[in-house]
Amino acid sequence: MAASQTSNGTTLRHAFGNVLSFFILILIGVLAFSIRLFSVIKYESVIHEFDPYFNYRVTQFLTKNGIYDFWNWFDDRTWYPLGRVIGGTVYPGLTLTAGSLWWFLNSLNIPLSVETICVFTAPIFSAFTSWATYLLTREVKGAGAGLTAAALIAMVPSYISRSVAGSYDNEAVVLGTLLAALVPVVGFNAVMTSEHFASFLVFIIIHVVAFVYYIKGILSPKMFKVAVTLVVSIGLLVCLAVVAVLVALVASSPTKGWSGRSLSLLDPTYASKYIPIIASVSEHQPPTWPSYFMDINVLAFLVPAGIIACFSPLSDASSFVILYIVTSVYFSGVMVRLMLVLAPAACILSGIALSEAFDIFTRSIKFQLPGLPGPPQVDAGETSSESTIPQNEVPKTKTDKSADTLKERPSRKNRKKEKEPVEKPSIKSQIEKRLLVLPFEGSVLAIFLLVLLGAFYVVHCVWAAAEAYSAPSIVLTSQSHDGLHVFDDFREAYAWLSHNTEVDDKVASWWDYGYQTTAMANRTVIVDNNTWNNTHIATVGTAMSSPEKAAWEIFNSLDVKYVLVVFGGLVGYPSDDINKFLWMVRIGGGVFPHIKEPDYLRDGQYRIDNQATPTMLNSLMYKLCYYRFVDTDGKGFDRVRRTEIGKKYFKLTHFEEVFTTHHWMVRLYKLKPPKNRIRGKTKKSKAKSSSTSSAKKSGTKRNPWH
Amino acid sequence: MEALRSLGQLVLALSIFSHLSLLAYSSSTQDLQIISAERRIDLTSHIVKVFLTLKVENIGTSPVSEVLLAFPPTQFDHLASLKAAITVGKKKKKSYVPLEVNPTELPDAPNGAKSFSILLLNPLNTGETATLEVLYILTHSLEPFPAEISQSESQLVYYRDSAIILSPYYIKQQTTFIRTPSTRVESFTRVESTNRAASEIKYGPYKDRPRYSYSPIIVHFENNNPFAVVEELVREVEVSHWGNLQITEHYKLAHAGARHKGIFSRVEYQSRPHAGGVSSFKHLLARLPPRVHSVYYRDEIGNISSSHLRTDYLRSDLEIEPRYPLFGGWKATFVIGYGLPLEDFLFESPDGRRYLNFTFGCPLAETVVDKLTVKVVLPEGSKDPSAVVPFSVEQHLETKYSYLDVAGRTVVVLEKRNVVPEHNSRFQVYYTFNPIFMLAEPLMLVSTFFFVFMASVAYLHIDFSICKSS
Repeated sequence: MAASQTSNGTTLRHAFGNVLSFFILILIGVLAFSIRLFSVIKYESVIHEFDPYFNYRVTQFLTKNGIYDFWNWFDDRTWYPLGRVIGGTVYPGLTLTAGSLWWFLNSLNIPLSVETICVFTAPIFSAFTSWATYLLTREVKGAGAGLTAAALIAMVPSYISRSVAGSYDNEAVVLGTLLAALVPVVGFNAVMTSEHFASFLVFIIIHVVAFVYYIKGILSPKMFKVAVTLVVSIGLLVCLAVVAVLVALVASSPTKGWSGRSLSLLDPTYASKYIPIIASVSEHQPPTWPSYFMDINVLAFLVPAGIIACFSPLSDASSFVILYIVTSVYFSGVMVRLMLVLAPAACILSGIALSEAFDIFTRSIKFQLPGLPGPPQVDAGETSSESTIPQNEVPKTKTDKSADTLKERPSRKNRKKEKEPVEKPSIKSQIEKRLLVLPFEGSVLAIFLLVLLGAFYVVHCVWAAAEAYSAPSIVLTSQSHDGLHVFDDFREAYAWLSHNTEVDDKVASWWDYGYQTTAMANRTVIVDNNTWNNTHIATVGTAMSSPEKAAWEIFNSLDVKYVLVVFGGLVGYPSDDINKFLWMVRIGGGVFPHIKEPDYLRDGQYRIDNQATPTMLNSLMYKLCYYRFVDTDGKGFDRVRRTEIGKKYFKLTHFEEVFTTHHWMVRLYKLKPPKNRIRGKTKKSKAKSSSTSSAKKSGTKRNPWH
Repeated sequence: MEALRSLGQLVLALSIFSHLSLLAYSSSTQDLQIISAERRIDLTSHIVKVFLTLKVENIGTSPVSEVLLAFPPTQFDHLASLKAAITVGKKKKKSYVPLEVNPTELPDAPNGAKSFSILLLNPLNTGETATLEVLYILTHSLEPFPAEISQSESQLVYYRDSAIILSPYYIKQQTTFIRTPSTRVESFTRVESTNRAASEIKYGPYKDRPRYSYSPIIVHFENNNPFAVVEELVREVEVSHWGNLQITEHYKLAHAGARHKGIFSRVEYQSRPHAGGVSSFKHLLARLPPRVHSVYYRDEIGNISSSHLRTDYLRSDLEIEPRYPLFGGWKATFVIGYGLPLEDFLFESPDGRRYLNFTFGCPLAETVVDKLTVKVVLPEGSKDPSAVVPFSVEQHLETKYSYLDVAGRTVVVLEKRNVVPEHNSRFQVYYTFNPIFMLAEPLMLVSTFFFVFMASVAYLHIDFSICKSS
């Protein structure tokens, strides 16, 4: 072949280097995939947390009913009685990716279940992400930096936390296919909010530029000029018209088309001021300093060095990276979940910093090694592309011109870009190289310390992957002296619901459990994690914070048959409904003003012991959580709040307990059917209600569904 | 009480009918008489087992080769299994030889009584006697009353039968013993010579009862044994000639006892396990073959973490718990899967064909399976499948596509309703298979990868650029 004829030492070494970096990339991919399997090994192959269950359900629907039904899917099993247009409001990128993966494998008669595909989508895509990072960083600072950055992002804890096997969520895939998830494949609802405009614009511009270059290539210069004027003049007219329409559309909506979540990015205090739902989500809180160390670890220290490396010399690519890090640092400071955006930027810059540092240290060691003959040959011994350039500049340009067939794996487009920035600075850097020689012992020590730093990072990442981020959150475990104890209460309750209630029964719970209930129990829910309708959520919040009778009427008007509460007081599970209760009060009170937060607080303090306010002790949530709790230990000691409960002995009149899980973490109540209106009884109850409290009466009057 | 009345009518009709037909009918029922009959009805679990010992004598003129058994239609519908054996030898050398049992039609059977004929080994000559042992099993024959109970109540059930054995023969002497699970018996029908001692009720002895005599009785007693009914069980047995037998079992389990009503209180259930859920059950035991490996126990939403596996060289015991305790009417679904070494179950028959020798029934102890489907997935390329099952089942063939199949695998589907643990006997599936087919899939993979690499080599050497860069 042509390669063998023109080959000399350098091309061979290039080929060797390419093969080596190819294998390193494959290994990085394997690393990225396998470090995320701790959750499968330690727990099981199962979908994690909340949102992934929705994505899983959507994927199931897609694989079962096909793309057209998916497109037109109106889901009547959620947001009862409103329903939700899923086909038009979901970001279809993830679902379609996993769905087509499933379809492809099944058409090859590899019968993997949808669940398996969904569980392993995130690890597969994190391998892709590390390869994409390699490509991006190589554009900025060469292959060495690219490989380092790829290795770093393969195990950065911030990204692992979103992409362990089982977290089947957009975030897991979005880094690798940043554009694909945003491309408006289905419907326009998902993209009718203005925050996506910018990414569209970038997407469109990239294509326009590519198209122009293509046209330029095939037309003569004169023709091209004519074409340009024609296209530009027509294009401007069309653009103006489109912009005018869009401006009119956007201006007609109250928030100018921006959703609250995005607004709180620009003004971090926006959500806490106006939209308690967004503020109530823990991952929308600003991060703390320890979380930076936890999530990006030593990268936090390497990033500044990377920024400096990017400034010497400053190219288009490196300035892009600098802009990227600056904006992502700001966004990560607003919301915890946006740490994910910071992670790749930090990895790229740390990769650059590390590889530059290694480059300098190894070079100065080599330069001073006594065994090697002279400085000119030191260059030849170098394997990095920069140092070899002075010698093989002639053969390289020759190969460039003569044989396009002789090429390495990276495509022509990449290589061209690569060469231009690399060749010019290399002459400069060669001059610098002679000057930048560090003392031998110093550089050996520095390399040792850098390796140590890297090792520390690896140990931290493996620990984070294995211990901190692998729990699926629907199964909890605790290590006690007599071995591992498993708390599988959530699935116990969902399985009970799905097998022992009617298929059309409605289940009311706080919105956190909506996705899981529809996916695992296949029952209709009132609200779910989509949180698109604040009033509806506020209604459920109001019901939970109302006294029993008022709550019964709200739920009954919503056709609810079962009420689900999560209670951690028996085993000490802290994220239960009692701890979330204040948010229910706040969100409910935001829409129905008769629910007032101070009524539930004693001197500004949230408490459930005997100092708690009567409103608190009579609220439905309190009653459903602590019903007959005192019978377990005789005192009613709540292990989460670390106190004895305030009201111990009470009866439920409008609800009955139908199921409580093994560790009491999920409790299910059924609405009692309304009493027959026998004359005597109605009289009695009337007399009672009028005599006891007016609050009950007023509660019924204010029922928002009447 | 509707049932009682209809039973009464049945008895009346039967007795009139039998008196009328005493002289008129066929010779075979006249030729035999039963000298003594003893019936033991075991009601300790929800599967009713009846042991019947009959001493038959030929009083006719010609040899008789079959003995008839009669069942009322309600029992016939719930009859899961019927086995008969004849006693051979005397005293210490006594042994039992199983006999063939076939359903048959009796022209003179009154009121839709159904019958079976037991084929004797040797025809019974005039004046000879034979002793038959019959075992039959009834499912869904205990009716909960009250039909709905609350959490702490214990479960009471009705059992309906006749004090006198329904038989097409004249019975000289007979006794019936009914064993209940506990001494708590709410009520039982008293007819002449009825006795109760602890957990046993004795009807009889009765002498000289004419053919088709019937005397309805009802026993109302406590039975808190798990009424575990698998409404549907699909067992898939996948044969791989690489050395593994993979079994996947899909269960739809239900508590078929008195329905649970009202509240379920976890406090009651946990603090007083006996009183707070006496009719419920939580533990199930699956008996699996020895040398079982890679056992899993899960349902549609993931692994179920409450199970234990004990293995020894004779058998493996898998103790499982559903996600929640089952009260009356509650249901649960789950999947058990496991692998077995192929050499324990696959053999070569003398004619060169292979056959799989595997157990038919449900591995769960003391359960009734309403509908059992056994699917034997044979390896791709196997031909001429045929199944040999010791009892009647419905059979058909299917095709299944599994990992990288092109032609699909032949699946032998066996279906049976009303299966009890007595059906856990072996069945065989014979088929022919050429071992060369084992290599098809590896070769396919190898060639695919080869072409991928060839294509990538070709791609690297071909220029696809649209416009030449200058």
